[in-house]
Amino acid sequence: MSDEHPPLLHAERSRRATRILAIRQLLVEKDVVTTDELDDIIVRARARTPADGAKVVARAWLDEEFRERLLTDARAAVGDLGYQLSHDTELAVVENTADVHHLVVCTLCSCYPTSLLGPPPDWYKSFAYRQRAVIEPRAVLREFGLELADGVRVRVVDSTADVRYLVLPRRPAGTQGLGEDALAELVTRDSMIGVAEARSRDRV
Amino acid sequence: MGTLGFRAGDPVTVRATEVDHHHRTPWFVKGKQGKVRLVHGEFFSPESRAHGGDGLPKRRLCQVEFQQRDIWGVRYRGSDDDVLLVDLFEHWLERP
Amino acid sequence: MPAVHDRGGLPADGPIDRSDHQWEDWEHVTNALVGVLRRRDLINVDELRRGIEAMAPEEYESSSYYERWSASIETLLVEKGILTEAEIDAVAAKLDTEWER
Repeated sequence: MSDEHPPLLHAERSRRATRILAIRQLLVEKDVVTTDELDDIIVRARARTPADGAKVVARAWLDEEFRERLLTDARAAVGDLGYQLSHDTELAVVENTADVHHLVVCTLCSCYPTSLLGPPPDWYKSFAYRQRAVIEPRAVLREFGLELADGVRVRVVDSTADVRYLVLPRRPAGTQGLGEDALAELVTRDSMIGVAEARSRDRV
Repeated sequence: MGTLGFRAGDPVTVRATEVDHHHRTPWFVKGKQGKVRLVHGEFFSPESRAHGGDGLPKRRLCQVEFQQRDIWGVRYRGSDDDVLLVDLFEHWLERP
Repeated sequence: MPAVHDRGGLPADGPIDRSDHQWEDWEHVTNALVGVLRRRDLINVDELRRGIEAMAPEEYESSSYYERWSASIETLLVEKGILTEAEIDAVAAKLDTEWER
């Protein structure tokens, strides 16, 4: 890893950083963990990106049967596409429509569908987002550049427990005839959290 | 547990209990009334597992929908139709 | 008065900072340690959260995300007798000395 990051300045390494490195060293010495396993997790964590979620969304836009399955049994549906969810969390997909817009937050910690989106952005874990998304979602959306049309309800989802939520954004207009890969290009991470809509075709 | 057997559409009130142990019920829904939208299934109890327990008995996890206005009153800035979904374990729910 | 982690609806000043920081090595290590310890059934995610929530409120609020994980991992490993504070202190002091050199 160190070859990919510049060395940290002394002042930047916090007490907690030092202590976790000490813990790592001790656990390796005591054979509680192995460096191979740690490296394996680091590599696999880095391989997960929102492109996985985007493929799921694009498939749902193209395949009505898949879409219905995704909304009712998300684990099985994404399993069909080869995505293995972690054994101890479930996945639920909520669909944006002309009438309702979903926004996902975790007010208690930072629950997030990492199996399909990779690690959450820093803002998702910030106090400001966790505090504001539930009480003023429209102001938050405006800050992200999304002004909802009149008459659209906002449904905020606070993922407090074992279920991770993915938003199925609306398919942008004028995308008839596009294939799965081209559609997936329009699906941003933010659109699957619900702070944005999918990109329109001319803005790719 | 599971004797309450909540189902989609059931009105529920969230228990207003303050507890010291780890739990997953946010403060702002405690004492509030909502409606069960769906039941996700049964999961190990985090309140047990967080403190060395085996998580049993498993608890049914309900997705409960609240009207934002009922939660925040005039502090809510948005439409009267806006709603909030929170996943809550059944033992935090009561029939109103 | 909600617990320090129970933040929904609390007053917040100003806009959401949307900048992302580059993960540091120790943050990758923290994330990976949790992964391995979970696989080994040595800690579970509910315990990890409980350890985070047990932090002093001012420490919780001034810590970064993975600093909170780091604090909780230490609490749990010591509580379970897998490591001792003294061992961690000793290795941490050594790492700090090497770091300063």
